Amino acid sequence: MLRIRQTPITVFALLIGVFPLIAGRIAVIENYPDVMIFVGIYCLITIGLSLLMGYAGQISLGHAAFYGLGAYVSSILTTRYGINAWLGMGAAMTVTALVAFAVGAPSLKLKGHYLAMATLAFGIIVYIIFNEETAWTGGPDGMGGIPGLSLFGFEFDSVNRYYYLVWSIMLAVFCFTVNIIQSPAGRALRALHTSEAACGAMGVDVARLKVIVFVYSAVLASLAGSLYAHYMNFVNPSSFDINFAIKLLIMIALGGMHDIRGAVIGTFLISFLSLEWLHVFEDYESIVYGAILLVVTVFLPNGIAGLPTMAGRWLKHKSRG
Amino acid sequence: MRFRWSWLQTGIGPWPIENALMETTTFTSQLLQYLITGLTIGSIYSMVAIGFNIIYNVTEIINFAQGEFVMLGGLVMVTLHTVAGLNLLIAFPLAVGLVTLIGVLLDRLAIRPIRNPSVLTLIIATIAASILIKGAAMLIWGKNPHDLPAFSGRDPISFFGAVIQPQYLWVFGFLVLIVVILTLFFDKTIAGKAMSACADNPHAASLVGINVNRMILLSFILSAAIGATAGIIITPISLMEFDRGAMLAVKGFAAAILGGLGSFPGAVAGGLILGLIESLGAGLISSGYKDAFALLILLALLFFRPSGLLGNAQVSRIKRF
Repeated sequence: MLRIRQTPITVFALLIGVFPLIAGRIAVIENYPDVMIFVGIYCLITIGLSLLMGYAGQISLGHAAFYGLGAYVSSILTTRYGINAWLGMGAAMTVTALVAFAVGAPSLKLKGHYLAMATLAFGIIVYIIFNEETAWTGGPDGMGGIPGLSLFGFEFDSVNRYYYLVWSIMLAVFCFTVNIIQSPAGRALRALHTSEAACGAMGVDVARLKVIVFVYSAVLASLAGSLYAHYMNFVNPSSFDINFAIKLLIMIALGGMHDIRGAVIGTFLISFLSLEWLHVFEDYESIVYGAILLVVTVFLPNGIAGLPTMAGRWLKHKSRG
Repeated sequence: MRFRWSWLQTGIGPWPIENALMETTTFTSQLLQYLITGLTIGSIYSMVAIGFNIIYNVTEIINFAQGEFVMLGGLVMVTLHTVAGLNLLIAFPLAVGLVTLIGVLLDRLAIRPIRNPSVLTLIIATIAASILIKGAAMLIWGKNPHDLPAFSGRDPISFFGAVIQPQYLWVFGFLVLIVVILTLFFDKTIAGKAMSACADNPHAASLVGINVNRMILLSFILSAAIGATAGIIITPISLMEFDRGAMLAVKGFAAAILGGLGSFPGAVAGGLILGLIESLGAGLISSGYKDAFALLILLALLFFRPSGLLGNAQVSRIKRF
């Protein structure tokens, strides 16, 4: 079904590699490398989330919270305890994994809508905690002074440097996830998507597999959150609210949830829409997103990644007359 | 998503009289006050939960836009009653009717066109509809909360040292009215019995000549009407703004789960219990975490007793989703 070849990924990586060099010379898109850092960060979340939605068939509205946990845990550890940023990131991922396991394990045993509601509730609770625990998080005003990242004395202190850092991580995660999908575990996941009962009958531990995917996707969201915090040097709760969780959902639905390449496409489009193109129409954002999500769900169930297949089927149908 | 609970509890805001009254209260009367406000807000949660159950029973869809019906009810009523100056007796049914129309559109434009409905796509469709409605509401009514005059004035009634707003009595009255009407509808009318039949088994229902699509439409109509009613009667107490829907939906869902998803007596009990827990939690433990209590209950239930306190585990097992 899904074979992702190496050549397109290599071409994509090269394009990503030369992009800041080109964008820097063109005045109109001068700030695009900065936007692309956010695209890369969001891609980390949506890659994991698309694995969860497209393969395990589960909706999570709690990934904004995992993203926030990643951001806050590493921010608090680095600013208050002077811990190394990379260690802080690792700690954040560990904490998020434990929390995700605690939330996911019980609700994934239940059917369809339960995880969606449980993660929605979880997301709101975490958002309230970010706002209320002022002593730790700075409350609604947020917390600043978060250190940047450096590696062996090399500071990732410019936009281009951080761009290459984020996209190297993103591409590594993408390749790793593609490998998972094409491994026996990935085949089990695809079987899970087709028929849970049949998959279980073939000896796959369905509940365990779903929990693993959920925790993996949460850890990626946490990593993304830490990268966000160390880039912005400032976090506040509003970046991690339910609207962001829904935005992630739209990215995946638009790109096509059965294909992780689709998640990347959707993330590109929605990020540029919200950070650049739609920015002036902020008041219309919610309507536009709702419309996009509805149209995609009704007319394009496989998203943009499903367009070639749909077009092929349509042409075949036409030629048969 | 802020509920402005403090207004309900301490009487700051539209009712300066209560403030003076509250200062002289003893602990017992304060407790009584929490119980009364808890039951009031709980009645609203009950109504939202009933709305969830009606649609869930017929379609097995969890309608994430349920809270938007409540929000719309309140805001449409503000326009008709306060802005257009229509009499309460005319504006009330008109507002309910308009929101019901939105419910019809939701079924016709978002739910029915989906060709291969899975629980995932149906959830996404209702989420899409909810952000679309929320975005439209923000454009129409702006971001500020709106007030509505109380149905029979705001002279508080003293009750063993606690204070009852006359509007609270309207809320209780409407909950009773809705329960009575629904009981009669499901027990005595053909349409109601046909709907119950669809809830039991849609295939068998269609075999005996029940138009299942029409019943689904009817379920959306009923559910929207009840949601709108809840919104209209709560607005004089807690005001209403465009982004209230999501929180109302998740709390209403918590109430539905608490009482056992699909059960009407359960929804009423679940909503009232949830309102009490929330009110006592906010009053005695922490008002900042007021919204978190209901959600923690929801998570705890999903983990330990997903069939609810009053629900039947066997019934929940045979449902498709």
